[in-house]
Amino acid sequence: MSIASADLAFAPAGEQQPSYLSAGHSLRSWLLSTDHKRVAVLYLVSVTGFFFLGAIAAALIRLELITPAGDLVSDDTYDKLFTLHGVIMVWFFLIPSIPATFGNFLIPLMIGATDLAFPRLNLLSWYIYVLGGLFTAYVLLAGGVDTGWTFYTPFSSLFSNTHVVAAACGIVVVGFSSILTGLNFIVTIHTLRAPGMTWFRLPIFCWSHYATSVILVLATPVLAMTLLLVVAERVLGLGIFDPNKGGDPLLFQHLFWFYSHPAVYIMILPGMGVVTELVTAFAKKRVFSYAWVAFASIAIAFIGFLVWAHHMFVAGMSLYAGLVFSFMSFAVAVPSAIKVYNWTATLYKGRVSLDAPLLYALGFIGLFVIGGLTGLFLASLAVDVHVHDTYFVVAHFHFIMVGATVHAYFGALHFWWPKMIGRLYPEGWAKAAALLAFFGFLVTFFPQFILGYAGMPRRYHAYPPEFQVLHMISSGGAGVLGLAYLLPFLYLLWSLRWGAPAGDNPWGAAGLEWRTTSPPPRWNFAARPVVTWEAYPYQDMPKPEAARGD
Amino acid sequence: MATEALPPLAEPFADRRQQRTADELGIWLYMATEIMMFGALFLGLALYRVTWPAATAEASRHLLKWIGAANTAVLLTSSLTMALAVLAARADRQGRCVLLLLATAALGLAFLGIKAYEYHDEYTQGLMPFAGPGFPLQERGTELFFDLYYLGTGLHALHLAVGIVLVGGLALRLLVDRALLPDRAVTVAVIGIFWHLIDIVWIFLFPVLYLVAR
Amino acid sequence: MALAPVELWPASASAYAREIDRLIWSYTGLILFLAVPIIACLVVFAIRYRRGSDADRSNPPVHGLRLELAWTGLPFLATLVFYFWAADLYSRQWVPPKDTLDIAIVAEQWMFKAEHPGGQREIDELHVPAGRPVRLVMTSQDVIHSFYLPALRLKQDVLPGRYTTLWFEADTPGTYALRCAEYCGSEHSAMGGRFVVLSPKDYAAWLATFSVDRTLAQEGEALFRRLGCSGCHGARSVARAPSLAGISGKPQPLADGSIVIADEQYVRDSILQPKRQVVAGFAPIMPSFEGQIGEEDLVRLVAYVKSLADASAEAAPPGAAVEPPR
Repeated sequence: MSIASADLAFAPAGEQQPSYLSAGHSLRSWLLSTDHKRVAVLYLVSVTGFFFLGAIAAALIRLELITPAGDLVSDDTYDKLFTLHGVIMVWFFLIPSIPATFGNFLIPLMIGATDLAFPRLNLLSWYIYVLGGLFTAYVLLAGGVDTGWTFYTPFSSLFSNTHVVAAACGIVVVGFSSILTGLNFIVTIHTLRAPGMTWFRLPIFCWSHYATSVILVLATPVLAMTLLLVVAERVLGLGIFDPNKGGDPLLFQHLFWFYSHPAVYIMILPGMGVVTELVTAFAKKRVFSYAWVAFASIAIAFIGFLVWAHHMFVAGMSLYAGLVFSFMSFAVAVPSAIKVYNWTATLYKGRVSLDAPLLYALGFIGLFVIGGLTGLFLASLAVDVHVHDTYFVVAHFHFIMVGATVHAYFGALHFWWPKMIGRLYPEGWAKAAALLAFFGFLVTFFPQFILGYAGMPRRYHAYPPEFQVLHMISSGGAGVLGLAYLLPFLYLLWSLRWGAPAGDNPWGAAGLEWRTTSPPPRWNFAARPVVTWEAYPYQDMPKPEAARGD
Repeated sequence: MATEALPPLAEPFADRRQQRTADELGIWLYMATEIMMFGALFLGLALYRVTWPAATAEASRHLLKWIGAANTAVLLTSSLTMALAVLAARADRQGRCVLLLLATAALGLAFLGIKAYEYHDEYTQGLMPFAGPGFPLQERGTELFFDLYYLGTGLHALHLAVGIVLVGGLALRLLVDRALLPDRAVTVAVIGIFWHLIDIVWIFLFPVLYLVAR
Repeated sequence: MALAPVELWPASASAYAREIDRLIWSYTGLILFLAVPIIACLVVFAIRYRRGSDADRSNPPVHGLRLELAWTGLPFLATLVFYFWAADLYSRQWVPPKDTLDIAIVAEQWMFKAEHPGGQREIDELHVPAGRPVRLVMTSQDVIHSFYLPALRLKQDVLPGRYTTLWFEADTPGTYALRCAEYCGSEHSAMGGRFVVLSPKDYAAWLATFSVDRTLAQEGEALFRRLGCSGCHGARSVARAPSLAGISGKPQPLADGSIVIADEQYVRDSILQPKRQVVAGFAPIMPSFEGQIGEEDLVRLVAYVKSLADASAEAAPPGAAVEPPR
C-alpha cells in the first residue's frame, strides 16, 4: 500500500482554521481553558518554574560540596536544600513533566480525538497541582523542611521540628492531581480512539502513558494515605509508626516504597515512550518489534509493583524477603532491556537524521543503559549492603531520572516544539545544548559511582577530605549541566517570536499529530481522522528528503 | 482514504454511548484509587492484629458492637435504595428516582448521626487517645488499634458526607430540571457506584474493627 | 589549597570484603560486556545509516522472535549468576558463628556508643580484635541510624525499639572509617568516627587501659537486684516466675503453645512488655518496666541474663560471661 502525501494530512488544504494559540489572548482565556493543548502549556510553564527552583537547590548543594568542610551553608540549611531538591524534582517536575505536558498535548492528537475524555477534570488537575505548589512555596518561605524526600519515620513524625505537615500536605495534594491525570489518560485511550485506530496501531508513546497512568491511579493513593498518617502523627499524636507506642517505623518504609518504587517507573516510562517516537521518526523506520516494545511497558508497570522492598535490604527485613525482592528486581530489568535492544535495532538500515531531538534520544539510551545496569548492582543483595545509602545510589537514580528522563523531556520539547507553537528552534544551538547536556551529565554523576563504592554516604553536609577531588569534578560537571539546561530555555523563548515558521510536518514524521496544522486548531483536526494504516508507516511514505525540501 | 466531515464537537465524545462508557470507566478507576488508599489502612490493621493480638482483641471489645451492627444495616439499606434509584433513572421514572435518592441521603445522614453518638460515647469513656490523657487501656497496642479505628471510620465518614452531598444535590437537580432523564441516567449510575464503594469499605471495616475479638 | 589524595577504592579489612570486591569486579566485567556492544551499535548505526549515505538498506528487518528471545534471555541468565553469588554471600552473612564476641551498640543523635562485655565503653569508636568473630547487637534511642563499616563492606540499620545485629570477622589490623549511613538530622555527617582493628594482643592491652570495676553483666546484675527482679526470678521463688538460668539462646515454651528462642530481643521485650509472651506455666503478673529503663541499662540487663546461660541463677560467679580475649 502506498500513501500519497496529500492523503496523510487531516489539515485543510485551502483555508486555515485558527490555531489553539489564537483562541484568545487574555489571561482568562488561558486560565479557564479546557483545551488539552492550553492546559498542557500551563503545565509546561509551571513545571519549568519548579525545574529551575529544584535546580537552584541542586546548584547550592554542589557548591557546598566543593570543599570537605561544611562552610557555605549550615548543616540544617543543607538538609533543607536536599529535601527541597528531592521534593520539588520528584513530585513537581519529574512526575508531571512528560505526562502532564506532552501526554496532555499529544495523546488526543495521536489517537485522533478532539480532547481528553474529561476536559474540565483536566483543567482541575492543573489547579490541584498549583494548590500543591502553593503548599510547597509556603514551606519554602516559612523556613523549609529537613526530612529528606523520603520522610522516614520516626525522624519525620517525632523528631524534625521543620514544616513537615505542610510539605506532606503539598505532596498529597499534588498526588491527587497525578491520579486525575492518569485516570483521564486511561479513559481517553480506551474510549476516544478515532475510527480505525486499533490498540496495535497506537503510537508507543500512548502505550507507555497508559502503563504510567495505571501506576499513577493504583500507587499514588497509598502514598497519600502514608503521608496523611505522618501528618496525623504530628498533629494528633497518633502512634502508627511510633516505636514507643508499639508502632512500626518499618511499616512506613514498606508503604512509602510501595508507592515510590513504582513512582520511578512513572518517571521513566513516559520518557521511554518519547524516545521510541524520536528514534523511529529520525530513523524513518518502523520501530523494531512493535508488540514487544508495547508490552514491555505493561510488564514494567506490573513487575514494578513487586520490587519495592529492595530499598530495605539493610533495614532489618527477613532473609527470605530479601531473596525474593532481589530476584524480582532482576526480573524487572528484562522489559527495560527489551526496549533498549529494540531501539538500537530500529536504527539499523534506517535513514538517520542526527537532529537535536535524536541526539537527546541517543543520550537517553546511553545513560539509561548505564543507569539500568548499575541498578542490577543495587538489586544484588551483598553488593547493596555496601553501597546502599551511598553516592552509588545517588549516581544510579540520577542516571535514570536526569540522564534518562530529563534527556527525554528535552528531546520531546525540541521534537514537538514546532507542533506546539508553529515555529522552528535554532538547530545549531540545540545540537550544542544536547551534547553539553550529555557530557556535562557524565562528568557530574559518573564520579559519584566511585565515591559511593569508596564509602561516601549520601546526605552528608561535610565529608572526609579524601573524597574532595571527585566531588570537585562532579561540581564542575554540574556547572556545564546547568548551562546545558539554561540554553534551551533562552533560544526556545527566542524562537517564540523569531523562529522560522515550522509548517505542518517539519520532520516528515508519520504520527497523526503531524497530519494537522502547526499549531493545531482548537478541535485538533479539520476533519475527523479515519486511520487505515499501521503505526509508523515510513516504508509507505514519500522519501523524507523530498518532504523536508533539502 | 475516507474521512467523515463533521462539524467541531463541543464535547470530546462522538455520541452518548461513548460518553457513558467513559463516565463508567472513569468512576471505576477512581474506585480503584480509593480501594488502594483504604488498603494501606487495612494493611496497618492486619499488621498490628498479628503483632499485638491480645491488645487488638482487648481494644475491640470496647467498641459498641450493636451500634456498629445497626449502622451496617442502615448502610446496606441505603445501598438498596441507591440501586433502586439507578433502576428508576434508567426506566425514566423521575419522581420515583428522586424519592429513592432522598431516602438514600437520609439513611446516610442516619448513619452519620449514629456514628456521632458512638464517637461521643467513646469520648466520654476517654477512649480517644489523641483527645488528651486518660486513655483507660493499659496494654501496649490498644492505642494503635484506636488510632486506626478513628482514621478508618473518620475517613469513611468523610466519604459518606461527600456521598450525601452528591446524592442530595443530584435529587435537587432532578427536581428542578425534569428533562435530565434518561439521557443523564449515567450520572445517577456513577454516583451510585461511589455510594456502593462507601458501603463496601464499611463492610470490611465492620468485622475488622468490631468483630475481631471473637 | 592542598587537596588530600583521592581515594578511588576503599581499604578492605576482612576476607568477606575482599570477596565482595571480587564480585564487584566480575560484575563490572559483565556489565561492560553487555553495555559496550549496545552503545557501539548505536554509534555505528547512527553514522553508517545517516541520511544520504549510500549504505545498503535493502530488506530492513522489523521484527524477529528468535532475536528477541536471545537478547532478552541470554543476558538475563548471565546476570542471574550474580544474583546467586550475591545472595549466597548475603545468606552466609545472615547467620553468625558460635562463640562470637558480643558488643552492644546504642545509637542516638548523633553518636554511636559501644559497650564491650568487660564493661569498657567507647563513643564514636569501635575497637575489635582481628581474627575473631564479632557480633554487634544494636539499637537506637531516637531515630533510625545505620552502622556503616566501609572497610568491611557492611552496614546495618539501627532501629529504635528493637535489636538488629551484624557480625563480621576482621583480619587486617588498622584504622578505618565508621559512618552513619541513614540520614538522622542536623549532624548526620558528623556521626561516626574510627573503626580500629587490633591484633588480639593489642586488643587485650587496649581493654586493660580502662579502669572498669565491673563487667557489663555485673552491672546488669546490680540493676537486676535494684529493680527488684531478683525477688521473683531468683532461685528461691521459682513458683512465681521462671528461673532465668540457662535460658539464653534456648527455645522457651510459651503459654499460648508456641515456642520462642530466648535471644536478646526476647529478653528485652519481656522486660518491657512482660504480658506479651508469657512462659508456659506462669501467670502474667510481671509489671512492665516500659519507660523506666533506658536502652543502655537494658543492654546491661540483657548481658546479665545472657551470662546466666551455662550456670544456675544463684551460683553464677561474677563476670562469668566475659571471656578473656584470645
